[in-house]
Amino acid sequence: MTGRTHVHTSINDTDVDFLCESRQSLLEVLRDVLWLFGTKEGCNDGNCGACTVIMDGRIVDSCLVLAVEAEGKTITTIEGIAQAEGLHPLQQAFLEGDALQCGICTPGFVLAAKALLDREPDADETRIRHWLAGNLCRCTGYDKIVRAVLKAGKEMREEAP
Amino acid sequence: MTATARQESKGSGPFKVVGTRTTRHDGVDKVTGRARFGADISMSGLLHGKVLRSPHAHARIRSIDTSMAEALPGVKGVATAQDFPIIRGQALDFSGAVSNARVTAEVILAHERVMYAGHAVAAVAATSPHIAEEATRLIRVDYEASRVERLGSGEDTSPGSNIASHIQLKRGDVEQGFGEAEVIVERELSTQTIHQGYIEPFASTAHWAPDGHVTIWTTTQGIFGVRASTSAILGIPESMVKVIPMEVGGGFGGKASIYLDPVAAVLSKKTGHPVKMVMTRKEVFEGTGPGCAAIMRVKMGADSSGRITAAQFWLAYQAGAFPGSSVSGGATTGTGPYNIDNFLIDGYDVVCNKQKTSGYRAPGQCQANFAIETVIDELAERLGMDPLELRLKNVVKEGDRMPTGVPFPYIDLRKLEETMKTHPHYSAPLEGPNRGRGVAVAFRGHGGQGAPATMNVNADGTISLITGAIDLSGTRTTVAMQAAEVLGLAAKDVILTVVDTDSVAQTGTTAGSRVTFEMGLAAIAAAQEVKRQMSARAAMLWEVQPEEVEFQDGVFTCNRSPAKRMTFKELAGRLARSGGPITCSVYAPSTGIGPSFAGNIVDVEIDPETGKVDILRYTAFLDAGQAVHPGFVEGQMQGATAQGIGWALSEEYLYTEEGAVANTSFLDYRTPTSMDLPMIDTVIIQVPNPHHPFGVRAVGEVPIVPTLAAVANAVYHATGVRMTRLPMSPGAILEALEAKKAQE
Repeated sequence: MTGRTHVHTSINDTDVDFLCESRQSLLEVLRDVLWLFGTKEGCNDGNCGACTVIMDGRIVDSCLVLAVEAEGKTITTIEGIAQAEGLHPLQQAFLEGDALQCGICTPGFVLAAKALLDREPDADETRIRHWLAGNLCRCTGYDKIVRAVLKAGKEMREEAP
Repeated sequence: MTATARQESKGSGPFKVVGTRTTRHDGVDKVTGRARFGADISMSGLLHGKVLRSPHAHARIRSIDTSMAEALPGVKGVATAQDFPIIRGQALDFSGAVSNARVTAEVILAHERVMYAGHAVAAVAATSPHIAEEATRLIRVDYEASRVERLGSGEDTSPGSNIASHIQLKRGDVEQGFGEAEVIVERELSTQTIHQGYIEPFASTAHWAPDGHVTIWTTTQGIFGVRASTSAILGIPESMVKVIPMEVGGGFGGKASIYLDPVAAVLSKKTGHPVKMVMTRKEVFEGTGPGCAAIMRVKMGADSSGRITAAQFWLAYQAGAFPGSSVSGGATTGTGPYNIDNFLIDGYDVVCNKQKTSGYRAPGQCQANFAIETVIDELAERLGMDPLELRLKNVVKEGDRMPTGVPFPYIDLRKLEETMKTHPHYSAPLEGPNRGRGVAVAFRGHGGQGAPATMNVNADGTISLITGAIDLSGTRTTVAMQAAEVLGLAAKDVILTVVDTDSVAQTGTTAGSRVTFEMGLAAIAAAQEVKRQMSARAAMLWEVQPEEVEFQDGVFTCNRSPAKRMTFKELAGRLARSGGPITCSVYAPSTGIGPSFAGNIVDVEIDPETGKVDILRYTAFLDAGQAVHPGFVEGQMQGATAQGIGWALSEEYLYTEEGAVANTSFLDYRTPTSMDLPMIDTVIIQVPNPHHPFGVRAVGEVPIVPTLAAVANAVYHATGVRMTRLPMSPGAILEALEAKKAQE
């Protein structure tokens, strides 16, 4: 396969240009071309959510997005969540609530939960469980993850003006 | 669904650090995406490797033609079993099959025969993973299909059958015992092949340097196991192989086996480049070791008082294509919670043309527990007894013998069962049709193998603790906490790093729930040695005798002169100019981890239209001994329970007529999602373990063991149907409900 496409995109508030083959997924480019290894590959077929990123405000499985589709898009990966002043409330809540064990699914969960709380900071347990059903975790049984998202939502509501 | 109150463990004894919910050491790296897992590596000149796998469940390989693959632009090298010296030089020896290098060599690349669909046959290294994958499709393999042994039922016990080994445990006289019984229950039960379901696929990167040194970056539960297997398979000394651990994205026993490391190394040798290999999810399902399917027959009798008079337990576990199922795990523990005078247990290790199985969290024990605890529930019903009362009636205690004959050390299963019986969940009303409550109890024994550690005192008063024990779930923190406890430091001041095979003494695999216990013993021993050396240094600086120095709560004092006082940190700052840094390496021999017990109470509701089971409420109980980090212990309990629920309700390998796995994606191999589960309440009881200075028991595996039976018993009490085959999928439950209706 010859010929690569030039793609211009914004990743974590930085303009990024890359070249990709038409068969390469966004996940592959994030990891193998841009070395943003925080986005994980668990299944490469859209079932586990480990590769979740936020693209133009929506969560997507980056394994199901072709890299060329990133043209002109705004993308947030786990590397873009923490600010210079510290962790995002979700990251803090995962950390303090023991909401991770092996940690491979954590970036995907943090991004999926962020997309939810940015819209619905008052999401309840049922809503959170429904929203996160596209992200698989095999270590925690989800209990502490759901609690962490509830806690972060509460903090984000209190911080909001 | 409502969030139920978080259960706090009670008391942390006399400790300052142990028993607290300190922040995990690897946490920030993992919530920010900085932690580097198996596949999170790149380097200049890196090639990508892909594996060709067999479509046949059993076939002879007549020939392999790799010429077309080699001719594809971008392909740099192709490997087959012929590239591995062990294949040529060493006979296939099934004794000690689990760690037999010749067997491992056969699994990583088939030699003369493929033994299961998904068995690796050849591998390609190319400039991109896409080219490598394309190239695997250009490899021509001439197969001669053979008869496929799929059943592995263990029925045929004649010589030449597919039974690889037989284990028998006997006590008393079962015929006499059944003669004394008032009630006898007999059941045949089965469970299917299931997968550990770790989210991170296997991944390995290897570089074979021109001087013969091999470096491997890999995701594994045991770096020294990878080193030993790889060097044996490649026919080079262990010292020529350096294994660098990456973070592990879940293992649960599955990553104690190796598949890619020697292949990546050989491809690197052939190409002169580092080679990275990452499995697809399909490869994980069809090419790695799942947990065993099992067929079990149980016959148990009890007298009218509820005393179990005899038990007969027959187990056949599918090992897959090579011997080494987990049947002994089931045979030696299934009846473990009960003191039974007469039993006969027969376990069979059965080979068949399926994936070579691996361990899966408490290997072999969930299957056996499902069988025994189902029958116990039925016995209680037939006797008209409360199921926990029946268990209490037969409960094992210190000095009673395990099924293996080994006496139980100090345990208190009675306390666990009484805690369950008096828990509000057990007496909470459960109203409405199609609802039921189930209970089950489990025992798991743990061995031990000892552990080394190296400790250095930093000038700022922190500790660097170096180990070779892979951290799967937070053990850097739980081990560091134990050293911090001894040295009067905060948990965060003990910085534990898991290093590569060149940098620490040989360390056992992270398996058998051993790391917090055994590495903890090493950390405590190292901390005590550091304390001794620090006291001696303080004595030297104060010009007193070492025995005149005392150390308490992180402060050194001199019992002769109260004015002499130095904190650990102050003394650490003076080490460099008072004789040099303080360092030590220790080896803590195993004291034997000992038994652990767990129990479950679960409420379910069955939809009679669809057969779907909803978990309404779940309470998991565990005797953790001293819980080092209660939050992590709860996490082990909740995660194990979720895995057990998946095993009970939805997970199984589906095989085609030809013997291939039909459901090789997470869509079709259905692990529980957040929608499938409620909050999982946890109750930790803490019966101190006399084999550990802080009383710690093993917590990682036993919480999964009672789950299958607890859910099945709840389904029975909701429907009146004994489900004897797992998973209890909606279809299976509907079928059972219809069969019941037809009978009525």
